[in-house]
Amino acid sequence: MLRFENVGLRYGIGAEVVRDLDFDIAAQSFQFLTGPSGAGKTTLLRLMLLSLRPTRGTIHIFGEDAAKLDKDQITALRRRIGVVFQDFRLLDHLTTYENVALPLRVMGRDEGGYRAEVVELLRWVGLGDRMNALPPVLSGGEKQRAAIARALIVRPELLLADEPTGNVDPSLARRLLRLFVELHKSGTAVVIATHDLTLMDQFGYARRLVVGDGQLKIFEGDSP
Amino acid sequence: MNESSPPGLPPDSQLKRDMPLVPSDSIAGRALVVVIAIMTFLACLTAGGAILVAEASQGWRADVSRDVTIQIKPRPGDDIEALVAAAADIAARAPGVADVHAYTKAESEKLLAPWLGDGLDLGQLPIPRLIVVHMRSEHREDLEPLRAALAAGAPGASLDDHRLWLSRLDTMADAVVVFAAALFALMILAMATAIGFATRGAMAGNREIIEVLHFVGAADSYIARQFQGHFLRLGLKGAAIGGVSAALFFAVAALLSTWRSRSAGGEEIAALFGAFALDFVGYAAILAICLGIAGLTGLLSREIVFRQLRSLQ
Repeated sequence: MLRFENVGLRYGIGAEVVRDLDFDIAAQSFQFLTGPSGAGKTTLLRLMLLSLRPTRGTIHIFGEDAAKLDKDQITALRRRIGVVFQDFRLLDHLTTYENVALPLRVMGRDEGGYRAEVVELLRWVGLGDRMNALPPVLSGGEKQRAAIARALIVRPELLLADEPTGNVDPSLARRLLRLFVELHKSGTAVVIATHDLTLMDQFGYARRLVVGDGQLKIFEGDSP
Repeated sequence: MNESSPPGLPPDSQLKRDMPLVPSDSIAGRALVVVIAIMTFLACLTAGGAILVAEASQGWRADVSRDVTIQIKPRPGDDIEALVAAAADIAARAPGVADVHAYTKAESEKLLAPWLGDGLDLGQLPIPRLIVVHMRSEHREDLEPLRAALAAGAPGASLDDHRLWLSRLDTMADAVVVFAAALFALMILAMATAIGFATRGAMAGNREIIEVLHFVGAADSYIARQFQGHFLRLGLKGAAIGGVSAALFFAVAALLSTWRSRSAGGEEIAALFGAFALDFVGYAAILAICLGIAGLTGLLSREIVFRQLRSLQ
């Protein structure tokens, strides 16, 4: 599904932020991306999302060489990827319902056709009574759940989540993570960037991609 | 609106879901509406003024080019009345002449009253006598035979076909129209520049929205459409305010010019602009300018958004 071959990235003429990245993300796999703050987790996620182009190496995504994709093709591929940002990136002038429905709206789908899906998902993540609320009045946890719901609504083939449990208490974190597990069980490959060791230990079967000093080490998970 | 929703779903009225993706209300947006309204108002005034002058000049041309004037200057020893009668007779027999009116001495003196005042005895002054000759059409016959016949039959008579004055009038009217067109073009240019700045400002202010839209799979064309729609709405709002104001201005001006038409100043204005009343063509031009400006706002912002999105890559 996603393959990095000898990928490196530098900004300007500085040293490489990440280097010699060689790994695969298999379809229907579940992995944590971890490492100390500033190690390059977010950079690696942005490379996976094709919002950064590597300065060397190749990235293959859904069988395509990312370097050869034009903007329209990248747009089409992004519709197959769900992403949860560390800072949520909810649009403040749209309601929770509109934010969650945004990926479907930009695809040009009719509102009447997806309303039931969006409402059901919002209820599932516990935001059934906050559908008309604007993000500035939501709590951190509610924003987090709205951001996760927005990533899940298109039932992506690949889900990239940057610290999705960073702003919530441990019990809510476990609950949110169960969302990702459910999604994984339904066939989505999941990559969760986190440095919450306790959380990772609860999912011992998940593969761990550890970024440090710009390089990546991979630890396969236990058999489930 | 369909209020009935499937069981378990909130009805339409309880779900806010129609918010535009580009926030509609912002200080920059309001400022742009004001700029577009002012520019549209000025552009409509310019265009309306040019239309009034162009239509009035057509009227002048039609009036003046149908008339020629024979002037007979009194010379010592001449029988002025006989000369006037002879010249009028020659003119009446000339080809293409519809009507001849020879001003009597009293009428000629009355013509001078606005300049010299009433109550003066002009009997001792050598006042020239005028004969106004109305031609059948604007397309004048060759006036040289008439000129020659007057020289032979009415010595001292001169023929003025107003050609010089008409040509100056034409030049003046054309200059006003060209000046108005240049002013109009400059206003559109200034407005386009303001729209360009506003669009870039809106994109910079909504950079996060654009990024999020990209990440959730929105194509550039979709994002550009959102901005185009946003600016088209602002353009329509500003153009409507400016256009309605301009239409009201012309309507009030027409009313005032009707009230003042009997005064000397009113007559001068009426001579230059006609009745100062825009006809259907004028109001249609205002509507076209408003729609054009709103459309220009939308298209220009779309083009700028596309360029900016390409540069983001």
